[in-house]
Amino acid sequence: MRSLACLTLVVAFWLGAVLAPGQGARADDFAGLARGQFEAIAGGVATLAASGDPQAESVLHALEQRRLFFTPSGGLFIRQGEVYRDARTGQPVSPVPDMIAPVRLNNRVRKALVAAWAERDLSSPLVAKRLGAAEALYHRPDPAMLPAIGRVLSGEKDRAVRSALVRARAATILEQAPAPDQVAARLEAVASLRAAGGLEARGILASVAASASEDAGVRAAARAAVSRIDWTLRVWGVLQNAFYGLSYGSVLLLAATGLAITFGVMGVINMAHGEMMMIGAYVTWMVQQGIRMTVPGLEPIALLIAIPVSFVVCAAFGVLIERGLIRFLYGRPLETLLATWGLSLILQQAVRSVFGPTNIAVETPSWLSGSFALGGMEITLNRLGILVFAFLVLGGLMLVLRRTALGLEMRAVTQNRRMAALMGIRTPRVDAMAFGLGAGLAGLAGVAVSQIDNVSPNLGQSYIIDSFMVVVFGGVGNLWGTLAAAMALGMGGKVLEPTIGAVSAKIAILVLVILYIQRHPRGMFPVRGRGIES
Amino acid sequence: MSDILPSFSRRTFGRLALASSAAALASGWRPGDALAAAPGGEPIKVGILHSLSGTMAISETTLKDVMLMLIAEQNRKGGLLGRPLQPVVVDPASNWPLFAEKARQLLSVDKVAAAFGCWTSVSRKSVLPVFEELNGILFYPVQYEGQECSRNIFYTGAAPNQQAIPAVDYLLSEDGGGARRFALVGTDYVYPRTTNQILANYLRFKGIRDEDVMVNYTPFGQSDWQTIVSQIKAFGSTGKKTAVVSTINGDANVPFYKELGNQGISATDIPVMAFSVGEEELAGMDTRPLVGQLAAWNYFESIRTPANEAFIREWHAFTKNPKRTTNDPMEAHYIGFNMWVQAVTKAGTTDHDKVIDAMVGIRQPNLTGGIAQMLPDHHLTKPVYIGEIQEDGQFSVVWKTPDLVPGQAWSPWVPETKNLIGDWTKPIACGNYDTVTKACLGKTHA
Repeated sequence: MRSLACLTLVVAFWLGAVLAPGQGARADDFAGLARGQFEAIAGGVATLAASGDPQAESVLHALEQRRLFFTPSGGLFIRQGEVYRDARTGQPVSPVPDMIAPVRLNNRVRKALVAAWAERDLSSPLVAKRLGAAEALYHRPDPAMLPAIGRVLSGEKDRAVRSALVRARAATILEQAPAPDQVAARLEAVASLRAAGGLEARGILASVAASASEDAGVRAAARAAVSRIDWTLRVWGVLQNAFYGLSYGSVLLLAATGLAITFGVMGVINMAHGEMMMIGAYVTWMVQQGIRMTVPGLEPIALLIAIPVSFVVCAAFGVLIERGLIRFLYGRPLETLLATWGLSLILQQAVRSVFGPTNIAVETPSWLSGSFALGGMEITLNRLGILVFAFLVLGGLMLVLRRTALGLEMRAVTQNRRMAALMGIRTPRVDAMAFGLGAGLAGLAGVAVSQIDNVSPNLGQSYIIDSFMVVVFGGVGNLWGTLAAAMALGMGGKVLEPTIGAVSAKIAILVLVILYIQRHPRGMFPVRGRGIES
Repeated sequence: MSDILPSFSRRTFGRLALASSAAALASGWRPGDALAAAPGGEPIKVGILHSLSGTMAISETTLKDVMLMLIAEQNRKGGLLGRPLQPVVVDPASNWPLFAEKARQLLSVDKVAAAFGCWTSVSRKSVLPVFEELNGILFYPVQYEGQECSRNIFYTGAAPNQQAIPAVDYLLSEDGGGARRFALVGTDYVYPRTTNQILANYLRFKGIRDEDVMVNYTPFGQSDWQTIVSQIKAFGSTGKKTAVVSTINGDANVPFYKELGNQGISATDIPVMAFSVGEEELAGMDTRPLVGQLAAWNYFESIRTPANEAFIREWHAFTKNPKRTTNDPMEAHYIGFNMWVQAVTKAGTTDHDKVIDAMVGIRQPNLTGGIAQMLPDHHLTKPVYIGEIQEDGQFSVVWKTPDLVPGQAWSPWVPETKNLIGDWTKPIACGNYDTVTKACLGKTHA
């Protein structure tokens, strides 16, 4: 069996050797790739893609996946597992040639590959591929592609592809050096880019407007188009900023909801709140790892499974902390503060010892990565997901407080502990449950935050201050206040950030909150009546 | 309920705290490890001044581990001057004033022969007066902003001309995308601010106009990058090739890159060149959307040389974890430690003054090829590599400087320091010598 395989190999090798001279003309198309310089390799990609060689596609794929190798003598090989095949013939080679080295890949070569794929996909029967190709040609116009774009455009039925192709053609025309007989075509191109709008079109038009060799009429049209697009962009920019504000606010809201229960409702200053978030994020990671090892099929929804698991784990931690530590310190805010702060350090160091001090990679499922365009806005899916999640959590919490026995008891204890106890409510049990609820909510925030921030033992520290600020600013003991405060701080931050920068925005917000609290010490929505302080 | 057993709770709390610190100790270093095979005699103490808790623990813990590994290895080889080396590990807890306090403890209580430590520039600035006052020796292993040259500090990381300037040269080149517009994005503290000042001057010299340079600072631990990434996107849409130069500090990088990926900015559109992102930072990220993003360092784990492969093997064996990554500051400690060993051997004593004088001119092979030499300004000669992030979280080197680059303590791109040099050899023996006025500025400009 083995000898047969050997024989086949030898024959194949011999055939390859014999056939090689006959392929001299073809071999040139591959020669550019078997080089050490990026410039040559990028050129080689373009040459090979244009050659129409049947091996071209698999060779370029191999290059993209770093499976393409070359020898200084011009040999080109594709690695498949342990086997090397000659890129030109597809035949396996044995033994592996000396001085073999991978063909190097950098952004310059990657750009050439993107162009090569666009060229190929432009005539694909699939709408999605054609659309992708048209978009790629719009982003990276190549004058050599102009005839091909025109050909495809004349036969194109799909509206989205058509408009993408029109944009691509306009960009390509403007990419060419201006010539006197091209003025009409260039004016038309400017008009279609003006209609297309967007940052990309603005970029192309701006460079046309600034070009000295351009016809004066075209330049003026481009300038007008730029200011028109700028105006539209500004309008969309405001909306976009509003989304950023909402999204930032929703993260603050998630982080603060749990604290709104423990601090707002129970009056416990829990400095370990951030660490509950951190534990929630680590639980998310453990769930992801566990599912990957046991049922890989469920991996895409691992994040959804992590939601209840994190809640339960953190709630259990919360009950444990309340029973083991906090209950001995009720009515002594200073000691509570110190004890929970110590606890937060202990938890951080414990996690550091168990999981290591470095970040762990919580994966973002594919349905939560990327973005989509809404008019001129770019909505990122993970931020949108967190926004929706934050409101679901808040809604769920409202339901628990309004519609369940626990909620009723919690509100009763908040309003008047002694009276509630006299009515037969077991206040210690309510305290434990409420603290558990707050910790569980922090766990949920941890799941969400793991999708946007890094997960390390320090995760909690970056949220604790903001969380307290939200709860105090909103009015202690009022969930609506927490919502309003989170959104106000989020929006405020994002409105200030583009003009005065992130650092100054943070300072300004802090100063504004302090000034506000000076005038209204009980926050935006103070709880009236005999609150927990009285 | 509040007055039930108050004393009990306090005691419980104390016990909890005790238990946790015991746990932390147990998981950390045990003295037996490093001394196991060492020769007899009075041990030579080596201070390790890296944060093991707090925000910087993420980066610095690794450096503590690598120092323990190097010391254990040296002891296996027979110690130094026939005496065993003994590591003294302290935890400055990412707290800058505490760094100074711990440094003082290392020098005046433990009387260490040399200390290896610090990560952030602010921690180095905090210990510098202590090392100068007590005439200690500090090896600082991290790339930094330059503009400093102390007799008591050996800077084994890169100066700006060994990282930032070559990185920008690459971005300007055809292979790097021929960028003509630059967004300098950084965390708001001394390293990014000084580096960006140097880069802005350098770019102006290279013919980049001021309106083509955008500078943006964010607070430590920034996690909401939406606005800034969209600003970068808008900045990059004027038709000129645009690149981002990132001096964003370790922890804030993950959300920054996540946001870049989500907003659809790929390395082929707007490449991001980072100065603080290494293998260690990438270990906590999903690197698929980052393929092609750049980093400039003097060392990459992926560079195949026999020395580097041996180092990685030993590191995996020492940490008992085949997945632990190695990075640039680890190599800096490797070089610094071996140079110190050579200098002590050459001087025949651990006396600080004699060792400092013996250090200049010492040569030690880099892990990635070439030989590092300690220069009179206490910086090293280093190769500079540009790496692109790959799917597996490693870097593939796409460019390197043709020769080793000697580190410059003072940047020629900052008007106030363009005439300054550092030279701790006689007859100059000055950290900030003005080559025009032929005068040493002394303490006034350190």
